[in-house]
Amino acid sequence: MEEIKQLIAPYKKVLVAGCETCVAVCWAGGEKEVGILASQLRLARRAEGSEVSVLEATVERQCEREMVAEIKDKVAEADAVISLACGSGVQTMAEMFEDKPVFPGVNTTFIGMPEKEGLWVEMCGACGDCFLDRTGGVCPIVRCAKGLLNGPCGGTRKGGKCEIDPDKDCAWVLIHGRLEKQGRLEVMRKYYPPKNYRAVKRPGKVQAAKA
Amino acid sequence: MAKPFREILKTKKFVVTAEVGPVKGSNMSKAIEHIELLKDKVDGLNVTDNQSSVMRYPSLGVCLLIKEHGGEPIFQVTCRDRNRLAIQADLLFAYSRGVNNILCLTGDSIDVGDHKEAKQVFDLDSVQLIHLVHTMNSGKDMAGNDLDGGIDFCIGATGTPSADPLEPQLVKAEKKLRAGVNFIQTQAVYELDDLKRFTEFVRNTDDRVKVLGGIVPVIGAKMAAYMNENVPGISIPQRLIDELAQAPKGTGVAKGIEIAARMIRQIKEERICDGVHIMFIGREEKVPEILGAAGLL
Repeated sequence: MEEIKQLIAPYKKVLVAGCETCVAVCWAGGEKEVGILASQLRLARRAEGSEVSVLEATVERQCEREMVAEIKDKVAEADAVISLACGSGVQTMAEMFEDKPVFPGVNTTFIGMPEKEGLWVEMCGACGDCFLDRTGGVCPIVRCAKGLLNGPCGGTRKGGKCEIDPDKDCAWVLIHGRLEKQGRLEVMRKYYPPKNYRAVKRPGKVQAAKA
Repeated sequence: MAKPFREILKTKKFVVTAEVGPVKGSNMSKAIEHIELLKDKVDGLNVTDNQSSVMRYPSLGVCLLIKEHGGEPIFQVTCRDRNRLAIQADLLFAYSRGVNNILCLTGDSIDVGDHKEAKQVFDLDSVQLIHLVHTMNSGKDMAGNDLDGGIDFCIGATGTPSADPLEPQLVKAEKKLRAGVNFIQTQAVYELDDLKRFTEFVRNTDDRVKVLGGIVPVIGAKMAAYMNENVPGISIPQRLIDELAQAPKGTGVAKGIEIAARMIRQIKEERICDGVHIMFIGREEKVPEILGAAGLL
């Protein structure tokens, strides 16, 4: 909660966006949790004397562009978005609304395996210590081939492609572009210390508090 | 090469470093040959760390060899193969044996090397590594514990003056400078205007930092085209490729040396940066020829 409050401190109108699929099942980011967080934020900011208008929206699956598109009007109204989806959902929102800061509202710790045919692209390493608020909603932990936290390696190819795959975008070039677009490049200029690998103990295990 | 590298960096001398690439195997004869040949002609000898992710004799091993032979080693440390414990332990080992210059690198991806199935580490990145050296220089380890006998490294970082796009690289370069480095050795540069701009960027951020331009001689038009296509951060202009193409058959190496020497002369005469780092991979024995032709002997 403290983290989320800090993330949205500069903004007057915030959208809390939920997802009715995986995170709803595990009581972390469905419609109900969106409502709870939105009220908490309103109360907290009122208590501080800096009122914030909090919008709420929940989509069926935040990792699917078509479904996220349904709430584009609400996103347009807000200055920033707190996504209660997993890291994939945060990044789908961040990619679709590139000029809008989209912040993670949960620390995704692990992702189940959907037993269906098709193609999925890894977007979130479920590291339990979400970094997406500092990277314009592009995860460097899994989308940078080296998982770097402080900018691109010297291996970036011409046109901003990855050292190990000329067809893959360099995550840090994407991050730079995204933050520049949002006028938030100072976020990338900051130094980030080594990652805490104890954020999640593997194998992951979560005991829900009483419903 | 009796003078410590960090003392040289404090002078106005045009700084020259070269490279000794460890072999795959335990035969040290070639390394010793290169060390003997170069140690009194340059200010420091870099030793690569499993270069291009290809497993070789360790960087620190050759650094010790350089010390034994009276040279000044620059210990290259990448973050690819060791986690924070292993790196800290190696720094203690290196310093205790008189190796006290370090070049901090991220390291190439495992995928470009000869052990592609290995698990790559990257527990730290190059900026975090620079911070780590400072932490240990202050007498503590990364966890905040006191060291019984600390370290005091002269710290270097890399730079990429010809990267495309350049801006994200400069954000990272600025972080390295803010973390605090004594010198920067750049990726190979062929467009001296790029080097000039990069050096100005460094000087505007921290004017105490010495910039050594990376020199990798190109010995043929085909090699140049290949490098342009495949080596990140490298841009060889068409006029140099044409010049190489026009060189008579069998004179490619001589032409490459001539071009490299010409660039070094220009860098020195126009004070484009503070020195050069010569990487003539696989042809270390030719480095004195470059130095001679550049008027540095």
